[in-house]
Amino acid sequence: MDASSIFSLVLCAAIVGWIAWAAARRHEALAEGYRAHAVGAGAALVVLVPGLAGLWKFLTGLEFDTSIIPLDVWVDGAVDWLLLKVGDPLDQLNRWVVHKIGFFERFLHQSIAWPLLTLLFTGVAWHASRNFVVTVGVACAFLLIWSMALWKPTMQTLSLMSVSILVTVVFGLPLGILMSQSDRARSIMLPILDMMQTMPSFVYLIPVVMLLGLGNFAGVIATMIYAAPPLIRLTDLGIRLVDKEVMEAATSFGASRWQKLFNIQIPLALPNIMAGLNQSIMMALAMVVIASMIGVRGLGQEVLFGLQRQEPGTGFIAGLSIVLLAIVLDRITQSYGRRMETHRTVSH
Amino acid sequence: MGQIQISNVYKIFGPRPHNAIELVRGGMSKDDLLNETGHTIGVQDVTLTVEPGQCTVVMGLSGSGKSTLIRHINRLIDPTAGEIIVEGQDILALKGRELEDFRRRMMSMVFQRFGLFPHKTVIDNVAYGLDIKGGSRAEKRANRETARHWIGQVGLTGYEDQYPSQLSGGMQQRVGLARALATDADILLMDEAFSALDPLIRREMQDQLIELQDTLHKTIVFITHDLDEALRLGDTIAIMKDGAIEQIGTGEEILQRPQTEYVRRFVEDVNRGRVLTAGTVKLECSIVRQDTTPDEALRQLGEGGLRVTYVVDAEGRLVGAVTAASLRQGQRDDIPTVDSLAEAAPTATEDMVLEEVLPMTVGEDIPVAVLNENRELKGILPKDAIIRALAEEAQLTAEADR
Repeated sequence: MDASSIFSLVLCAAIVGWIAWAAARRHEALAEGYRAHAVGAGAALVVLVPGLAGLWKFLTGLEFDTSIIPLDVWVDGAVDWLLLKVGDPLDQLNRWVVHKIGFFERFLHQSIAWPLLTLLFTGVAWHASRNFVVTVGVACAFLLIWSMALWKPTMQTLSLMSVSILVTVVFGLPLGILMSQSDRARSIMLPILDMMQTMPSFVYLIPVVMLLGLGNFAGVIATMIYAAPPLIRLTDLGIRLVDKEVMEAATSFGASRWQKLFNIQIPLALPNIMAGLNQSIMMALAMVVIASMIGVRGLGQEVLFGLQRQEPGTGFIAGLSIVLLAIVLDRITQSYGRRMETHRTVSH
Repeated sequence: MGQIQISNVYKIFGPRPHNAIELVRGGMSKDDLLNETGHTIGVQDVTLTVEPGQCTVVMGLSGSGKSTLIRHINRLIDPTAGEIIVEGQDILALKGRELEDFRRRMMSMVFQRFGLFPHKTVIDNVAYGLDIKGGSRAEKRANRETARHWIGQVGLTGYEDQYPSQLSGGMQQRVGLARALATDADILLMDEAFSALDPLIRREMQDQLIELQDTLHKTIVFITHDLDEALRLGDTIAIMKDGAIEQIGTGEEILQRPQTEYVRRFVEDVNRGRVLTAGTVKLECSIVRQDTTPDEALRQLGEGGLRVTYVVDAEGRLVGAVTAASLRQGQRDDIPTVDSLAEAAPTATEDMVLEEVLPMTVGEDIPVAVLNENRELKGILPKDAIIRALAEEAQLTAEADR
């Protein structure tokens, strides 16, 4: 081991230790006695020991590309273990979900479905926006999709989307609320959300496919992982943004935590939660093409065909349909979000 | 012991308040503490007794810790050290449900920026403190009736189904006041309740509060940065600076006898005419019984070198005033007693403020007679005595400058 690498390693450990010590000192619980020093020393050792071990390993002639921390092997092991333990029940669940989605899809494919559904969405658009242009736009989008003979894949995509968004809301909303109520939960969730948003989606497609097999269920889970963060973040943000004095007022009248949450915080956070839902839906649509690679049928698959067969037209009309679907869902959710803003802000 | 007893309460903001409190007790100043340890003093060794049925005003400039202090009373903020007793109960010992129950029963609060629930209608806002207690459908209906009553009391009948955003600032704060009154709690905490309103509306709201208080007799803790407001509303006034109380007393005590330089500078600009009462400023006067002879009355006047004396009956009630000139006339006319010589004198009651008394002296030679509620003569207010009282502070300042 040469002196310079040891020196730089020690310096590195000292800096990390010092930062940890300084951070610990600001915490009331850790400031007592020598606890902050212990935290600092611990952090320094975490850097120093593997570092020295690695240096030693390297200098004693091992290959440069031998990993010192074999994280990849651990992850493989973990997935294998999971597969062994929960593979069967997951398979059951998979079948059940696929059956449900399939039922939904089959209904949407009926010839009667398309005028009904176009009418339904047009009605919802009118209810949400009370805007003639938006309503007519929605109707035209559906007519265009139908007339391009993409009704079936569009419905496949829409049903998968609906299930994914449903699952996203079922998990995302409580997580966002949890985050808003506890700073500790928030500090745990934030890096996880960062990871969910920055990790390339192919990375988690691998274990998802291993665990769930190809098909719709894997598509739902992958879509959820990709689409949930905005809903979770905006739920948390919306609740935290509720005016401090309004919260004080509720507390001063003796409201319990649940009363505050359900009577005050969530209703007042609804515009932000709607914005989160809107973002999640857009993200889910962005996932459609990637999901097609793990066997999800629908518009994404059409794009994939276009790519494989070198038919730019096929790709274009499928892509256009995705965009149209996105615009329809965006306008509808945004209009509801705007409607919720009335009587949720106070002017002085 | 009062209804609320705050004893030696400290609040220090920062990561390690318990270490910092020792430094503060050791005499470290607010600035030094902030610079050396990064801790801020919110409240410093405050002891305050709030008497039932009275309006106690805590006044100070922004940053004086007054809003922090009031939040200790319903534990929106927990103190670093000290004791808070409300109706014999140590509220710092309350936990969870007990604390919620205490807040529901004992006190309600009015906020500077109103703190209304924007997604609820006026009537739902006002009924909030009642609805939160839970209860059956019938009780919820009864809550609506109670809410309607209080909306009427603050003059907002007809606005029940509006949302706060549809109301003006003054109306919003009326909703805030109705919401606080509807719970029927004895203690009303008002945190700069009228500060966000423009002066005319503020004055109106003050009048309304005084009027309501005349019938309700709530225990009010009122926070303000406006000394005029404090003097108008407060039975007792506590002046705060840097988290500590500088002086506690009635408005007149604070005006007449400021204990610290800070308080003295504070009260300098107050319109004293609106605060000082005839009772405090009045002077002794010469009195004669109504059966006195003019000779005797003149002799008394002569001794004091006075020009006017006041005639009272056997119970000390005012009959009128006589001047030396009319007494001499009476002597010449052989009038037996002074009561037939007495002429009407301007009168004021002891609780009238100088601003109200001053106009009576215009074009009047006889000084204003000050009476108590039984019309007994208590003293007089000559023009120059009023002017001296109004100018006192200016004089003192001039002397200090010299």
